[in-house]
Amino acid sequence: MDGFFSSTVGLALMGVAQAGLILSFVMVSLLFLVYADRKVWAAVQMRRGPNVVGIFGLLQTVADALKYVLKEIVIPAGSDRTVFLMAPLVSFVLAVVAFAVIPFADGWVLADINVAILFIFAVSSLEVYGIIMGGWASNSKYPFLGSLRSAAQMISYEVSLGLIIIGVIISTGSLNLSDIVRAQDGAFGLFNWYWLPHFPMVFLFFISCLAETNRPPFDLPEAESELVAGYQVEYSSTPFLLFMAGEYIAMWLLSAVIAILFFGGWLSPIPGLPDGAFWMLLKMAFFFFLFALVKAVVPRYRYDQLMRLGWKVFLPFSLAWVVLVSFLTHFELFGGFWARWAVGG
Amino acid sequence: MTPPDFAFYLFAILVVAAGLFTVIARNPVHSVLWLILAFLSSAGLFVLMGAEFVAMLLVIVYVGAVAVLFLFVVMMLDVDFSALKAEMAKYMPVALLIGVVILMQFGIIFGVWQASDVAEQNVAAATARFGGASNTQAIGQLLYDDYLLLFQLAGLILLVAMIGAIVLTLRHRSDVKRQDIVAQIMRDPAKSMELREVKSGQGLQ
Repeated sequence: MDGFFSSTVGLALMGVAQAGLILSFVMVSLLFLVYADRKVWAAVQMRRGPNVVGIFGLLQTVADALKYVLKEIVIPAGSDRTVFLMAPLVSFVLAVVAFAVIPFADGWVLADINVAILFIFAVSSLEVYGIIMGGWASNSKYPFLGSLRSAAQMISYEVSLGLIIIGVIISTGSLNLSDIVRAQDGAFGLFNWYWLPHFPMVFLFFISCLAETNRPPFDLPEAESELVAGYQVEYSSTPFLLFMAGEYIAMWLLSAVIAILFFGGWLSPIPGLPDGAFWMLLKMAFFFFLFALVKAVVPRYRYDQLMRLGWKVFLPFSLAWVVLVSFLTHFELFGGFWARWAVGG
Repeated sequence: MTPPDFAFYLFAILVVAAGLFTVIARNPVHSVLWLILAFLSSAGLFVLMGAEFVAMLLVIVYVGAVAVLFLFVVMMLDVDFSALKAEMAKYMPVALLIGVVILMQFGIIFGVWQASDVAEQNVAAATARFGGASNTQAIGQLLYDDYLLLFQLAGLILLVAMIGAIVLTLRHRSDVKRQDIVAQIMRDPAKSMELREVKSGQGLQ
């Protein structure tokens, strides 16, 4: 049996099985993420939210997904058929692909590659294509405006996301996500995590994540008060479902990234308790809750405000932070508080 | 065929095919999309060579930023395809000639290609210096330690180019109304509003 699993076919089978496991985890969590998002939104507005299908409405998303799948796919007459149908696939597949490098616990990772953080960054920078392609292929004004907005917005906020990530990388001395989590291990539990040394960047990163996933208050690509639904206007049925699923999976992914970069991944917050995937899931769920909460309580930005915030506030601030962190790390100031690669552990 | 071989041929064929379709696609937006596929496949080739850092940079910089700007520009352009096609027939002989010349040059180079005796040693020496370090660390060390000055100079040249482009296109227009963010934020009701007693039948002047 050992021989089989080290042969090419065995390794391929193992890879497919592991990928299937992660995919099923993502898909099952997606069902409840959409439900949780709606419930949080409803709770803030003092409504009940979905409560009819299944116990407490837990199966509402299943019913909705079935409804989408059974509807007719409408393709606009003047649209570019191939690109029109490819766009939702791109945004869905790319959102799922990035989960390949997320470590859920020590060693629980599909692809433990050296440049994992760059991989996530690369994939999330590709996600803009789903939106641009969808908006252009629809051959209609509102989707096109929405996709142009989205492209500019995502590129702007990627710059500050990248700079914030550089700060964490400098502290760790590695691009591997598991190494980043291990560098946050220590005797003081949650006070060893990177949120403390990189304190202001946690907020900037969270806000940039909101912009990167086109979530409110930065959901200008689909602002319903001005663009109807932006790049999604012409989409119906399964393609629309894929767009929506891609958006939620991207949010779930970024919750995982925040948990790993700043909040110690699978490490337990209290020194005595055992580490494990449980903590990782709890942290991911918490940050998703924050995403959902922000949607409910914050009004939408104006587009010029969004651009000004990205380029004139976030970019200089995160750039200055990179310089500061490099300085603090290189001279191992404050007992190596920033220089985790030097003090070890 | 081993899996790496299979992956190599897959990516290599994809690069060549996508490059070809970039040229022959009628719709410029499709051309850019094929170009993106070519970039992604060449990133796959880099990964196969063990240069994962370069592969990721290729995806982030070229696909994630440069190609998005291409797509942006191409989508906004109002191109008349029929006129373009008529033009193409005119330039076809010249273009073919240039293509054939370049192909011949490549053929000549490939025919007389000889690796220098010391080439292999030099390559081995460069990698041996970093021992077991990953290529991310090796590139970092080369760029920021060994060739720091050249790297900084390259950055400076880019900065100058950027400032130059801004200076060339910047023009101050005095006849437009501009938004002053600070002034907007600093406004307060006490200064911008005034309560006046209006007597009946008189109004304010």
